[in-house]
Amino acid sequence: MLEYLLSFLILAGALFTFIGALGLARLRDFYTRLHGPTKATTLGVGCLLIASSVYFSSQGRGMSLHEVLVTLFLFITAPISAHLLAKTALHLRIESLAPPPQGDQSDTREAGSYTEIITPPRPPERPLPEERTR
Amino acid sequence: MLKLVIPIAFALVAAAVAMSVWRLLRGPSAPDRILALDTLYVNAIALLVLLGIHLGSALYFEAALLIAMMGFVGTVALCKYLLRGDIIE
Repeated sequence: MLEYLLSFLILAGALFTFIGALGLARLRDFYTRLHGPTKATTLGVGCLLIASSVYFSSQGRGMSLHEVLVTLFLFITAPISAHLLAKTALHLRIESLAPPPQGDQSDTREAGSYTEIITPPRPPERPLPEERTR
Repeated sequence: MLKLVIPIAFALVAAAVAMSVWRLLRGPSAPDRILALDTLYVNAIALLVLLGIHLGSALYFEAALLIAMMGFVGTVALCKYLLRGDIIE
């Protein structure tokens, strides 16, 4: 019984890790690519760590709680690094598949029909990080 | 059952590592590469945990914990550098 539970957890964890990396490799712009590693991969590694915790607890050497530490740490840090990465991408004005924000009445396309990458209108001039001199 | 599942899991995580490396080499922008490095360290933790189950050894969790901490610090430092042009102001 325990072995089936372990096998299920390990397989689910490995699959979610794989799907997360697939999203990173295949999606089309940075902001959609951010979804794969930050959600799917975190869940996958969480599954694997739970499987490991169950496995070592069933070995008869008492509860194994090292894994909970790693899980906790990963689940706290994943949203923080995703937030910082999104902030960096916006700061560097990375192009997005999404349409420019409201106010542009000439844009009459329907939701879901966006296929080409749109360059957002440039905000007032400020130097990009690599153009700055200190 | 476990003997059958663990090699499959190894193969899936290895494929995930390969795809992150592809994104790391291909880019196209700096945040993409940082995201690929972030995925790589999480995949390294997954591989270490799998190896621990496979060998029946609890020795690898300290390594996994260290990789988790150092990877997070690395991601934050790289993002901070791109955002502010400096890491510790």
